[in-house]
Amino acid sequence: MKAMKKLLSVALVAVMTLSMLVGCGAAEEATTWKIGGMGPLTGGAAVYGTAVRNGAELAINEINAAGGIGGVQIEFNFQDDELDNEKALNAYNALKDWGMNLLVGAVTSGCSAAVSAESSVDNMFQLTPSGSSTDCIATGNAFQVCFTDPNQGVASAQYIGENGLAQNVAIIYNSSDIYSTGIYEKFKEEAANQSFTIVAEAAFTNDSKSDFTVQLQQAADAGADLVFLPIYAQEASLLLTQADAMGYAPIFFGCDGLDGILAIENFDTTLAEGVILLTPFVADAEDERTQNFVNAYVEAYGEIPNQFAADAYDAIYILKAAIEASGVTPQDGVSAICDALVATMPTLSVDGLTGEGMTWVATGEVSKDPKAMIIENGVYTNLE
Amino acid sequence: MSFLTYIINGISLGSVYAIIALGYSMVYGIAKMLNFAHGDVIMVGAFVVYSMTSKMGLNPLLAIVCAMVFCTLLGMAIEKVAYKPLRNATSSLAVLITAIGVSYFLQNIALIIFGSDPKAFTSVVTMEPIKLAGGELTISGEAVVTILTCIVIMVGLTLFINKTKAGQAMLAVSEDKGAAALMGINVNGTIALTFAIGSALAAIAGVLLCSAYPSISPYTGAMPGIKAFVAAVFGGIGSIPGALIGGILLGLIEILSKAYISSQLSDAIVFAVLIVVLLVRPTGILGKQIQEKV
Repeated sequence: MKAMKKLLSVALVAVMTLSMLVGCGAAEEATTWKIGGMGPLTGGAAVYGTAVRNGAELAINEINAAGGIGGVQIEFNFQDDELDNEKALNAYNALKDWGMNLLVGAVTSGCSAAVSAESSVDNMFQLTPSGSSTDCIATGNAFQVCFTDPNQGVASAQYIGENGLAQNVAIIYNSSDIYSTGIYEKFKEEAANQSFTIVAEAAFTNDSKSDFTVQLQQAADAGADLVFLPIYAQEASLLLTQADAMGYAPIFFGCDGLDGILAIENFDTTLAEGVILLTPFVADAEDERTQNFVNAYVEAYGEIPNQFAADAYDAIYILKAAIEASGVTPQDGVSAICDALVATMPTLSVDGLTGEGMTWVATGEVSKDPKAMIIENGVYTNLE
Repeated sequence: MSFLTYIINGISLGSVYAIIALGYSMVYGIAKMLNFAHGDVIMVGAFVVYSMTSKMGLNPLLAIVCAMVFCTLLGMAIEKVAYKPLRNATSSLAVLITAIGVSYFLQNIALIIFGSDPKAFTSVVTMEPIKLAGGELTISGEAVVTILTCIVIMVGLTLFINKTKAGQAMLAVSEDKGAAALMGINVNGTIALTFAIGSALAAIAGVLLCSAYPSISPYTGAMPGIKAFVAAVFGGIGSIPGALIGGILLGLIEILSKAYISSQLSDAIVFAVLIVVLLVRPTGILGKQIQEKV
């Protein structure tokens, strides 16, 4: 009986070893680029994840229809991370099992930073379309498409100061979120060089993000004529509703996190009228590239694309440019691909939806100009 | 002026906590169990109203009545299916764990039906904000309605318990279940009635909560549920006026500490106050003093 068991266990081990070999063989014969991605498809930040998935899908379909990258077709697999670091890591592992060569993600800063800690161990090339914190590119294998939080903070302060939008500025930010605090710190630093003064600073946390009456009251008491909101659209939609109930109507000014506020289910979009946001992409821009993208996106998904969709669309074309410039193939293996692309990225200059002549430094940071948009009559409009 | 605004906001938030805390308190007083699913019944009530007003376009008042009926039936069903079979279990922990299970069950059902994306909730209050002192002091319609509703519920419930037979039966059951049964009181029926009332109140609390903070998701009830539980303990669990006082104090402490100490530490301060109160008065502000038998 004992001998039987032994035989059985040896047989099982043999089967398992064999199956591993079979797995390896399949990976070597891969003839497609397997691009993985993850982002929130459900939950409060679902607007962003869905936009990124759609934008990337659109670019991939275009490239595949035109014959792929150097004749190699692209496969795309996008997982839901529910804006949860742990789930983002689970998604990353699932994608690795699927045989991913390149990672486009994650969508949000926190998840992106969490995943890059893991992807740097595997030396997997990671390009985050919209993770804007500097933590997302701390590991050397990760690059950004959107500009960093420090850039957004500095650019926002400069924009408000140079255009004389306000004298007294209040800031309401989420102290438990790296995206929000990252922008807040740089904004405050840069504000010292600008003509306006910061009269109130109020924070909230992930556990107390439903009641903003106190923060708004503090801003109103301090006489702020502009409230800077480096926060996400979901919280901003609540905040705007409460400001309206209080009868407080300053200028609300935000960054790319506010993009998507018009898409929140059941939200009264008239409340967002006059909100200004800095973002690199405007759907009503008249250049041919933007127009083609917007038309294709509306046709495929039935809504006007936001900045996140544009970032993801650009991300795929950036990958294509980097792959073509470095000459790597899917057969080279994850680590070799990553080394080649990391070396190539700083030599590239890509024209995309979110910027002309985007360039990268070796640390992964992108260089491009933000544009200001204002919400007018329920649509994002270029503010020039 | 802003101090007054904070006070009004605090009382309004506290009123919601008080209504929720009543559910915890009554159930604890009578069934001697902590119904951790109470916070999620609030969420269910709010979702019923959300579906009926925003999705089907029905009259908000009709929707609230439907939500109350729905939550009452839900509360009684939960009691019947999940708690009653465990009432005589050897460990009182069994029913506590079951309550946590029911809480997750309700959250996940809502996740499946509505998805996890928070939705904007259209306030059921159509009253214009009251402007005092030349517009410097604005009291939102939601705050007025919430505070008034809380007062009406408290008065109504006190009358119900003191003046009606069913209310007296509740008192008797909370005093001594065994003796009450010997006196011919239907103990199971009384406990079911308690759950029914608590759940109907939860529906009202859900609507008020989501009207004041107009967002709804399957997790909407979780944090207010915990805060209200704190309020119930704070005021003295098992006591109706205690729930009122605990709720309002908690709301005031939360808003004032946010305004004057730190907007990030308000939750920590709320729980620190609870610890201090429990050190000084272990049974809460209005809790019954336990008499030591010699």
